[in-house]
Amino acid sequence: MSLLDVDNLRVRFTTPDGDVTAVNNMTFTLNAGETLGLVGESGSGKSQTAFALMGLLAKNGIIEGSALFEGKNILGLSETELNKVRAEQIAMIFQDPMTSLNPYVKIGPQLTEVLQLHKGMSKKEAFEESVKMLDAVKMPEARKRMDMYPHEFSGGMRQRVMIAMALLCSPKLLIADEPTTALDVTVQAQIMDLLNELKSEFNTAIIMITHDLGVVAGICDKVLVMYAGRTMEYGTTDEVFYDPRHPYSIGLLEAIPRLDTEGEILPTIPGNPPNLLNLPQGCPFQDRCAHVMDKCRQEAPALETFADGRQKACHWTPEIITSTTVQTEGALT
Amino acid sequence: MSIEPILKVRDVKVHFPIHKAKKWPWDKAPALKAVDGVSIDLYPGETLGVVGESGCGKSTFARAIIGLVKATEGKIEWNGKDIVGLSHKDMNEVRKDIQMIFQDPLASLNPRMTIGDIIAEPLRNYYPETSKEVVVQSVREMMTKVGLLPNVINRYPHEFSGGQCQRIGIARALILKPKLIICDEPVSALDVSIQAQVVNLLKEIQKEMGLSLIFIAHDLSVVKHISDRVLVMYLGNEVETAKSAPIYADPRHPYTKALLSAVPIPDPRLERAKVVELLEGDLPSPINPPSGCVFRTRCPIADASCAKDRPRLIDLGQEHYVACPKAL
Repeated sequence: MSLLDVDNLRVRFTTPDGDVTAVNNMTFTLNAGETLGLVGESGSGKSQTAFALMGLLAKNGIIEGSALFEGKNILGLSETELNKVRAEQIAMIFQDPMTSLNPYVKIGPQLTEVLQLHKGMSKKEAFEESVKMLDAVKMPEARKRMDMYPHEFSGGMRQRVMIAMALLCSPKLLIADEPTTALDVTVQAQIMDLLNELKSEFNTAIIMITHDLGVVAGICDKVLVMYAGRTMEYGTTDEVFYDPRHPYSIGLLEAIPRLDTEGEILPTIPGNPPNLLNLPQGCPFQDRCAHVMDKCRQEAPALETFADGRQKACHWTPEIITSTTVQTEGALT
Repeated sequence: MSIEPILKVRDVKVHFPIHKAKKWPWDKAPALKAVDGVSIDLYPGETLGVVGESGCGKSTFARAIIGLVKATEGKIEWNGKDIVGLSHKDMNEVRKDIQMIFQDPLASLNPRMTIGDIIAEPLRNYYPETSKEVVVQSVREMMTKVGLLPNVINRYPHEFSGGQCQRIGIARALILKPKLIICDEPVSALDVSIQAQVVNLLKEIQKEMGLSLIFIAHDLSVVKHISDRVLVMYLGNEVETAKSAPIYADPRHPYTKALLSAVPIPDPRLERAKVVELLEGDLPSPINPPSGCVFRTRCPIADASCAKDRPRLIDLGQEHYVACPKAL
């Protein structure tokens, strides 16, 4: 049985200007110890997917579909039931490590609170456990740091605190919402290294929300490419990177400036993402697509699932399936 | 080549005094050394990329050039004339030629002004005698140039997306027909697909108008794409500077090496096989930087000799300079 089985997840918001469908018909599975990358531009519904799973949607949000976590639907649970699932089963780390820690409270109490509340530990046990966890995320002088306020930490260190906090109850699933976006590349490399290590050590499944395809390449087993709330393409990382089948994934992969390639003009995806309040009829990507056909303007492509588990929502089929990235082993030394 | 650089920066330092840290009123206030000795030459039509972690002084360096912060020491020569310590009035003359684009596209536009007014403002400010018709005409011209439809001239910034706002910022910088544009992280806040559009736009405009660019970014792959030369900064110091190709193919300074190896490659096989040179710890405080080489606390090859003297820039030939005696 897979750890998480999301089926036809739909998130709608009722707003004064009309209904907005932030996530539309999303289906994916995640096994224990696996990492899934959710990729897409801002406003594509990546974070809303995570919020829906954690029961953190805004009040005007409506969820449809199901998400089975170890066979049990976690959508629409009551607050008390949710609180049990959160932290103990699923934990989340957020993008901005400064705003997700309480600036008035020292790191120590913020960490121990989790254990006292969820595990019923005594203050002393919780303290020792927290120090151990800070050690595990490679925080130097962990014991001393317990007595410090969040502002005394650098961005990278704060993110380590957040990761430690999320792992305290050894959750089976960790949702990381752009955990390295606010950090410098050198610090990002440290955090990614840490996540990769923790992944193998604790066998935690991770949902990695990011817009950086380089990050995905380094840590994810599977990728789900989102656009305007819809799944565009879903497959293993190698499949999507070396054999992308959706024009959007192809465009996205080409548009990233890379260190290991030369080139004058970057290929671009023209235009801007559509307004979710006012989606065009048919495929949401039609105005920016290089392979747009008449059919695309009339009906939205349904999400097809292939025999190997890959998914794609596009009327266009690449004739010759070629890899867009030329393999040059050891191009970067 | 006998072409003179349009911008010559020599050993510029920007120190901010910290008065709070004084023990006695008559003490000299200790200084935060935001920029501590950077020298560059910038030629017409060339792009200089400035990279480094946050807090390394790249933005302060740019601001010192345009005069938004005062350089404490050193020389900044614009077309052969020193512009450090110019009066406000004289500096304004220089600013006609040097314009700036900022990181946050929406925050750098006044929400209460229409797009037309925002783009026209530099023209109205520096050339108040320009007639209304000419102003409107040049605004429309600039909007077309950056890929905005001229019929949105009366809209307000909130009606535009991030990428479009950045285009407005570029149009505003271009309207004075400057010779140098300083771009302070112009694409960091944008999505990948939009980022590529803006980078291409900047390159196109540069070719067309013969502009020089100073492109500040923490994303090394974007910098590689747009720059002719690259300056790597660490804690206010110039660490390595070279033409774009050699610095990426053959980085010499251990910091440059670490920085380059940390950039994730969007290629699963290469990325998994890659060996990242992880830097230990965090950036030291610029108030109390390490003695000698500022990088030695995180450097993988540092030894006792690094704590003694501040390394000088060593000329490796072909305009490649590196501030590390071990890099030879």
